[in-house]
Amino acid sequence: MNDPREPALRLQGIVKTFPGVRALDGVDFEVMPGEVHALLGENGAGKSTLMKVLAGMYQPDEGQIIIAGQPVRMTTPIEAKAQGVVLIHQELSLVPEMSAAENIYLGELPRRSLGRVDWKTLEERSNAILTRLKCKFRAEVTVAHLSIANQQMVEIARALTVDARVVVFDEPTASLTDAEKVVLFDIINDLKAQGVGIVYISHRMDEIFTLSDRITVLRDGAYRGTLTTAETNEDEVTRLMIGRSLDLSRNEAPRDFGKTMLEVQKLTCPGLFEDVSFSVRAGEVVGFYGLVGAGRTEIAETLFGLRVPDSGEIRIDGEPVAISSPRDAIAHGISLVPENRKEQGLVLQMTCRDNMTLPQVQNLTTGPFVSQSAELAIFDQYRDKLAIKTPSWRQSAGVLSGGNQQKIVIGKWLSMQPRVLIVDEPTRGIDVGSKSEIHQLLRDLAAQGYAVIVISSEMPEVLRVSDRIVAMYHGRIMREFTIDEVTEDSLVQAISGIKTTEAA
Amino acid sequence: MLMTRLKAGGPAIAKQGILVAFIVFMIAFSLMSDRFLSADNIMSVFRQSAIIGVMAIGATIVVIGGNLDLSVGSMLSFATVLVVDLHDKIGPELAIPVMVLATLCLGAINGFLIGILRLNSLIVTLGMLSAIQGLVLIYSGGQNVDIVDQRGTWFAIFGRGAVFGIATPIIIFGTLALIFHIIMTTMPFGRRVHAVGGNPTASVFSGIPRSRVVFMTYLISALCVAIAAIILGSRVMGSQNNVGQGYELQVLAAVILGGTSLLGGSGSILRTVLGVLMLAFIQNGLILMGQPYYTQWLVTWVVIIVAVWLDVAAKRGRLFSPIA
Repeated sequence: MNDPREPALRLQGIVKTFPGVRALDGVDFEVMPGEVHALLGENGAGKSTLMKVLAGMYQPDEGQIIIAGQPVRMTTPIEAKAQGVVLIHQELSLVPEMSAAENIYLGELPRRSLGRVDWKTLEERSNAILTRLKCKFRAEVTVAHLSIANQQMVEIARALTVDARVVVFDEPTASLTDAEKVVLFDIINDLKAQGVGIVYISHRMDEIFTLSDRITVLRDGAYRGTLTTAETNEDEVTRLMIGRSLDLSRNEAPRDFGKTMLEVQKLTCPGLFEDVSFSVRAGEVVGFYGLVGAGRTEIAETLFGLRVPDSGEIRIDGEPVAISSPRDAIAHGISLVPENRKEQGLVLQMTCRDNMTLPQVQNLTTGPFVSQSAELAIFDQYRDKLAIKTPSWRQSAGVLSGGNQQKIVIGKWLSMQPRVLIVDEPTRGIDVGSKSEIHQLLRDLAAQGYAVIVISSEMPEVLRVSDRIVAMYHGRIMREFTIDEVTEDSLVQAISGIKTTEAA
Repeated sequence: MLMTRLKAGGPAIAKQGILVAFIVFMIAFSLMSDRFLSADNIMSVFRQSAIIGVMAIGATIVVIGGNLDLSVGSMLSFATVLVVDLHDKIGPELAIPVMVLATLCLGAINGFLIGILRLNSLIVTLGMLSAIQGLVLIYSGGQNVDIVDQRGTWFAIFGRGAVFGIATPIIIFGTLALIFHIIMTTMPFGRRVHAVGGNPTASVFSGIPRSRVVFMTYLISALCVAIAAIILGSRVMGSQNNVGQGYELQVLAAVILGGTSLLGGSGSILRTVLGVLMLAFIQNGLILMGQPYYTQWLVTWVVIIVAVWLDVAAKRGRLFSPIA
């Protein structure tokens, strides 16, 4: 159906400016039919803007969009879809109360006479698409009841209702488990085999090397080059992306721990986690590794007073403590950098400074008034310490890049001088450059004597920052490793629930 | 080039959109009526706006905290009837504290249902709007209340008095606006209200007692209503059962005109004051032009809807709706 020699889509010299920012500066990009073309760049490099141009949400100031040899103008996503360009959003855009079928054909439900919905055709067609995607659920099911991975399938199914020439995946694996990723990759390969051009945006190097045929790198809104995946390596791509090489090593810091800061005994919250016991010493980073839903975040939330445990004991600095609210946790020196920085970590319209001082603003006073100088002192200290890039403390947190937002949240909790710092998925959705900065930061904190818990679903991350690794499966601790004894195989086995012979 | 400059200048003008509209209205009305800009008329508009204004201060704080308070109208009826009725029964020095306490109790009910039980504020305060009106009618038995000795009581000072030639209602309104503006912009409580309204989840994750903060915003709203009731009761020296009917919409209108986001998290009391004054001057201007008083309803809401539209359009950079 598509001419294989002609690019399915070509962008030429795309320029897009916003007040004060040149978001895209003459970007070229093309995707051939049946090709997976990865688009890489740090946060703020211009990927999202480029995708919005592609999807008809932004109009380029200069440059051309050429689809199947014809220059086109797309002023709405509907026009883009009519041209066969479909975007699978990073944040799902489904109506949770509706069925999968209704979502798939949202806006173009098949009709019978008098405008009534033709439910039978709707469900037949939807089920046909879901079958093509090898989905195990039926189109009649309500979307809210589906897992995130299956919701994403619905989103993909929606893209397939049109004769798609180009499908754009924007960070599709951010919330998928490894097994779900495999299914997604199969689908992408199927689409590819059917001659669809795929644009794949991700921060995850391993995925890009598994999936893509070519890689185009953006940096600071400018085109930095296109590489053939088979002829390049991670190092070259990273250098192109951040302008220097990346450290991919395992944590080898000398281990010199202080006393036990946090001790958890038989902590149980039925249905979430059971019989969880572990400890963290001063100067130590303990990594919690496991699949999404293994109960790691729930343990963190319990330690931070957001959930009430059924039984078990928490000791801080040797003293048993009762924690029934975040205020209690804070008073006992526990800080939590939560999993989802936009929803749980930041008040997006507040200034950077106000976000950072929020947990202690009531203590930063002269008389009844908040002391601006005390606040600024804290902000300046942690802006410098964490190398936060923001033009001013007045900037609202919402406009910063993901990496800088995360640093604001980390700064907010470091400024509380915690005895135990819990960090949940510290680098989710963050570009490679900021990622390694945050890893280094976590190591530095340990060196300064903080007791740190890092929850992560990424094995390289856990290996890079931890002194000890706790592997969890279905709400239970399966095994504990020191960084010296751990192997990737044993870790994978432990988090998949496979009992190894040496495990107790 | 011109387009870019317009775009860059757009948000700055939009921020002051209400102020610009205010000035345009003032000029237009003053051209149409000689009396409009006279000192007498301006003072009288200020004085009349004080009741809505005091209530709007509390409402702004509730809205910044991410909620609504539609019960302020019937709460005003309740408080005014109570203070006027008790004035002759137990004297003003007792009537005022009793009324304030009773009104705070109503605020506490709002605060409990919305802050602690986390019920939807629109539903709760809409319910309270009706429930409190019922309460007033039960209390008064459907009779209107009056103060008999209107000349002899010191209670008259709040509505009819003046200090250094400035009417007391204006002084009360101005002082309260200033105090609460300072609280909201410079004190920890204000910061917390902004945080809770801006992102309740992140606030809880920051150790902010979200329930207590929301509870407090409703107490403040009730306190403002009680103060407004003192001014109203003192000015009229009597009260109808439904004297506050419709005030909730005027209060909300002033808050919206002041640019406080109904989504919570941002807003300003001084800008609400501007919204209050603008409403009052529009209504006054219409009356001076000989329009019947109900025209104000039409004009007021047309102005509000256009203002909100322009405000949103400025943020989006275009007049008509964006695609997604």
